[in-house]
Amino acid sequence: MNAILSAKGLVKIYRRGSEEVRAVDGVDFETRAGEMTAIIGPSGSGKTSLLNILGCLDNPTAGTLTVGGETIFGGRRELSEGELTRIRRPNFGYIFQKFHLIPTLTVEENIALPSAFYKAPGAAEDPHETLKRLGIMQRARHLPSELSGGEMQRVAIARALINSPRILLADEPTGNLDTQRAGEIRDILRRLASGGMAVIMVTHNPDLAEAADRVIEIRDGKVR
Amino acid sequence: MTIYSIAYKNLLRKKTRTALTAAGIALSAWVLATLLGFNRGYENGLNRDIDNMGFQVLLTAKGCPYEAATLMLKGGTGLRYMEEKMIRTVSSDPEVEAVTPMLMQGVFDPNKGESGAISAYLGVDALTFPRMKSYLEFKQGGWFRDNTAYEAVLGYEAAELEQREIGDKLLIPGLEAELLVVGILKRSGTQDDGTIFLPITAVQKIFSKTGKLTGLGIKVKKGTDMAAFENKLYDLPDVQVVSMAQVKTTIMSLVSSAKVIVFAIAFIAVIIAMAGVINTILMSVMERYGEIGILKSMGAMPLDVFRLIWTETAVLCSLGGLAGIGLSLLTARAAEAAVRHFLPFTPNGDLIAVDARIAALAFGFIFAGGLLSGLYPAWRAARVRPLEAIRGEGD
Repeated sequence: MNAILSAKGLVKIYRRGSEEVRAVDGVDFETRAGEMTAIIGPSGSGKTSLLNILGCLDNPTAGTLTVGGETIFGGRRELSEGELTRIRRPNFGYIFQKFHLIPTLTVEENIALPSAFYKAPGAAEDPHETLKRLGIMQRARHLPSELSGGEMQRVAIARALINSPRILLADEPTGNLDTQRAGEIRDILRRLASGGMAVIMVTHNPDLAEAADRVIEIRDGKVR
Repeated sequence: MTIYSIAYKNLLRKKTRTALTAAGIALSAWVLATLLGFNRGYENGLNRDIDNMGFQVLLTAKGCPYEAATLMLKGGTGLRYMEEKMIRTVSSDPEVEAVTPMLMQGVFDPNKGESGAISAYLGVDALTFPRMKSYLEFKQGGWFRDNTAYEAVLGYEAAELEQREIGDKLLIPGLEAELLVVGILKRSGTQDDGTIFLPITAVQKIFSKTGKLTGLGIKVKKGTDMAAFENKLYDLPDVQVVSMAQVKTTIMSLVSSAKVIVFAIAFIAVIIAMAGVINTILMSVMERYGEIGILKSMGAMPLDVFRLIWTETAVLCSLGGLAGIGLSLLTARAAEAAVRHFLPFTPNGDLIAVDARIAALAFGFIFAGGLLSGLYPAWRAARVRPLEAIRGEGD
């Protein structure tokens, strides 16, 4: 099966005054539909920087990135925010450690939020179907402040799935959850990968990493 | 889920701040609509008062034209007299359709009010005056029989003040003259409501002013060149020509300087409201920096974010603008009473006329100003980079 996402020689350099930090240093990476990949490594090793580039949230300093056969970054100029958004819309769903739900919107409104800006052609996900699938239908009319951490992360997952993305990116998805809730989220991500979605996650959680098809360890910006 | 519902919910997030900003906008909309309404109402009222005089030019004995204009609009007259023969002189002009002579006189009535007041009587011609004032309708009775009759016609308010009805006697204090009330006018909304009309010859006799007039109302034929006609009248000896157009211009110029100041205040109120909008929306953008980043990561284009923030501004300005215009309609009568209290001369009728056009104009101005204020916050929000915003919130 062809790679749905492929990166070669990715470099990300940050400048702190006169100091140059190579957060990502020549990383090659690829993943396929239905594959669950865990990126692990110590804090400050460049995991999140790599995930942000893979998810087109950030421009690399060098290297190439191909999504669904289309070259996104390839030594050309930096892409504008609008151009990056156009690439992200049909391809990526994001889950964050801190959930980042909109506090004034109910669960169902939070889930429907991406469709206010973009409706993927043929996106099969109905908010209520997703809520049922993730076991939080009874919380549809609740505000995020009325939910537990596990429920909030399920809502965040449901929101990421609303436009049927091809790739799901998760940055420490169980970082704020207890063991039981973390296990539930792990199972959900595993099911999504089994359903054909490419899942790439950054994690410190060994259980979650164990559930992945592939584990990549990053140290000092390089793949070990 | 639409951008509009998101914007609406965002505004409800900080209810007090939203309400205070909307109140600021409402205040400026209220000031603006009221002032525009006053501008319209005052001009309409003045035009109506002048049209209701029934004549386009007033001839008075030579004196101060401002005094003559003011006294005339107040239902009074100049202090000097001209000869009755002026009627024939003016009537002989082929451009004159009709003339009506007037003699205004006043006496001190010690029984009026707490410490006495002047009672004024307007002597008018029984034949020509009713024709010129054809809009006057009677509640009871009618005009006097002839110019020598000791009869009186009371305006609606004058009748209420004097507490007279048809058949009652009216005594002129100090002159021992007794008049029979033969007619009471319906309310006309003009200065005629407060006037006591008497036959002109009777007034001349009672006040010993035989052959004297204080004013001569002139109605000209249609299509007459008013400027040329007035110039002809200036050639007459010892008369002052007061055209209604002049009166209007004079009064409007007197109030225009006051209007400039008031409009400046309205403009400042609008600017303050706009600054409030910028502050509120910008603060709201800063507080939601991380959220805006999340929206962008979920597929919101910079233009979507711009529209979202601009929609919030538009909703805020619409609510404030509508509330302000509603307030201006509700408080129009109270504001009118205040204006009448402070201005030396105000025409009759509605002084503050906030109609649909003025409401739309004020709303449009406030709305456009609000949208202009929302440009900078919306632009700032549109430029948010999702990664930096999410990191910022995470930190």
